[in-house]
Amino acid sequence: MKREITFKLNNEERKVEVDPGWTLLYVLREVLELMGTKEGCGYGECGACTVIIDGLSVNSCLYPILEAEGRAVTTIEGLRAASGELHPLQQAFVNEGAVQCGFCTAGMIMSAKALIDENEKPTEDDIKDNIAGNLCRCTGYVQIIDAIKTVAGGGRT
Amino acid sequence: MTRFEYHKPHTIKEAIGLMGSLENAKFIAGGTDVMVLIKRKKIAPAHLISLRNINDFSSIDIGDGLQIGGGVTHSDIVANEFIQKRYSALTDAAGKVGSRQIRNVATVSGNICNAAPSADTACPLLVLDADVKIAGPKGERQVPLDDFFLGANRVDLGPGEVVTGFHLPPFGLNTGSAYIKHTRRQAMDLPMVGIAVRVTIRIGGSEIGCKDAFCTIDSISNILRRLEDEELRCEDVRIAMGVVAPRPVRARKAEAALKGKVISEALFEEIAEIAASEAQPRDSIRGEAWYRREMVKVLTKRAILISVDRVLRPDDMILRGHDAASCPRVRG
Ligand SMILES: Cc1cc2nc3c(=O)[nH]c(=O)nc-3n(C[C@H](O)[C@H](O)[C@H](O)COP(=O)(O)OP(=O)(O)OC[C@H]3O[C@@H](n4cnc5c(N)ncnc54)[C@H](O)[C@@H]3O)c2cc1C
Ligand code: FES
Ligand code: FES
Repeated sequence: MKREITFKLNNEERKVEVDPGWTLLYVLREVLELMGTKEGCGYGECGACTVIIDGLSVNSCLYPILEAEGRAVTTIEGLRAASGELHPLQQAFVNEGAVQCGFCTAGMIMSAKALIDENEKPTEDDIKDNIAGNLCRCTGYVQIIDAIKTVAGGGRT
Repeated sequence: MTRFEYHKPHTIKEAIGLMGSLENAKFIAGGTDVMVLIKRKKIAPAHLISLRNINDFSSIDIGDGLQIGGGVTHSDIVANEFIQKRYSALTDAAGKVGSRQIRNVATVSGNICNAAPSADTACPLLVLDADVKIAGPKGERQVPLDDFFLGANRVDLGPGEVVTGFHLPPFGLNTGSAYIKHTRRQAMDLPMVGIAVRVTIRIGGSEIGCKDAFCTIDSISNILRRLEDEELRCEDVRIAMGVVAPRPVRARKAEAALKGKVISEALFEEIAEIAASEAQPRDSIRGEAWYRREMVKVLTKRAILISVDRVLRPDDMILRGHDAASCPRVRG
C-alpha cells in the first residue's frame, strides 16, 4: 500500500508517495529523478549510493524509505551553492584529477563531506577510514585523498 | 521491488505487541543484515517492525558498569571515550565493522542477534562478561551472552522477544582488553579469525596503574622482561574466539591455565597453544583450517600482550605526551 511521507531533501521539504518496500536510493533516482546518487552493488559494499542523513553518511541502497520520514537528507545535488558555484570538495576533486569515470565520485564526496563536517582537521588515517566503504576502480585513491586534504583544514601535506 | 509493510513503533511495548499480532514479521534495526537478505531473496517478510524510532533506545550509560541501549550503533560505540578506555576490546571491534556508512546505522544488537560466527562484537562482549537484556510478551529477562548464542545464526530469543540492550560489569584500572580482527584485506571484510582477550592484573597484591608503567615506546615484551621481579599476576582472564566454531566461543582451558599465574611472555605462548587446540576451524573461502588454527595461536598471544600493555601503559598517558626523556623510571 502506497504511503505519503515528508522529508527534507537538500534543504527543501519534499512530499513523496512511496511504497514501503522501496529504498531511499530507489526513490531518489526513480521517483525524484536525482541521478547524481549512483547504484553500484546494491548491497552496502561499494558506497556509490552514499548520501548524508542527519549529518551521517549512509548507504541509501540499504535504507528503507520510510525511515527518511522527518529526517534531513543531503545528496550530491544539494552541494552546489545557489549561485551555481561548486562546493569546495567538488572543486578540489576537479582540481586534483580525482574524477576519472566519475561513477564513485558522488558517493566519495558525500563521505568526505560528512567527515569534514564532523572533524575540520581529519588526519590522513581519518580520511582513509571514512572512505574505506567507497570503492573506486579508476583513480587508485591517491588523488581522491589529496583532494579531500586540500579542503580539510591545512591544505596539502 | 520487494513488498513488505513497514511499521515504526515508538515504544518497546508497541514493538512487541506488533510482533504478536502480525504474520511473518521481522524486526529491523540498522537493516544492514535484514535489507541484504531481503534483496538477495533469502528471506521475504511481509512486515518489518523497525526499532529505529523507539524512544530512549540509543543511550550509553555509565554506572554499575556499562549499559548499552538496544539501538546503539557501532559509530556510537566508537565515539565513546569511556568505552575506549575501559572496554577497549569493544571499541576495537566496533571500529572495524564494515565501513563508516555501515557503522553509522548498524547496531550492536543487530550484530549479536544475527549471530554470524564472524560477528565482530561477539567476542569482545563475551570477554567483557556482557549480559543480554531482553523484553518480550512474558516480561523481561537477562541472560549471559555466552548462553544467548545457541549456534550459527541462532540465539535464545523467543517469539516476539526484543534485545533491549547489554549490561557490562565495571572493571578497574588493572583490567585491559583487546580484539584483533584478522582479515584478508584491511577494509570491508569479515574476519577469518577474531580474537578477544580481557586480563586483570595484580602486582604483589596491590592494584597497579600507569604510575608503575614505563612511558616509553619500548615493546611490551621488553617491558614485561624488566618487570619480571615484580611478580605481575593474572587475577582474571577471558579469551574468546570467532570464526573457529559455529558460534563465538570461549577458550576455557586456556583461561584456566593463565588465571592466578605470574605472567610472562613464555607463559602467554603456552596459553596461545592451548587456545589453538580448543579451536575447531573449518576450511572456507576466507582461509584454510590449519591456517586459522595457526593464527589463533599468534593472535591470542598478541591480544594478551595488548591487553596487558593497556593496563601498564594506558593510552591517555601516551597521548598526553609523556616522553621517555622526562620519565624518572626510564632515566633511573
Ligand atoms: C557491506 C557490509 C559489511 C559488513 N561488515 C561487517 C563486519 O565487518 N563485521 C560484522 O560483524 N558484520 C558486518 N556486517 C553485518 C552487519 O552490518 C552487522 O551484523 C550489523 O551489526 C547488523 O546490525 P543491524 O542493526 O544493521 O541489524 P539488522 O539487519 O537490522 O538486524 C539483524 C538481525 O537482528 C535482528 N534484530 C536486530 N535488532 C534486534 C533487537 N534489538 N532485538 C531482537 N532482534 C533484533 C533482526 O531481526 C535481524 O534478524 C556487514 C554488512 C554489510 C552489508
Ligand atoms: S550501491 Fe549502495 S553500497 Fe553499493
Ligand atoms: S573515478 Fe571511476 S570509479 Fe572512481
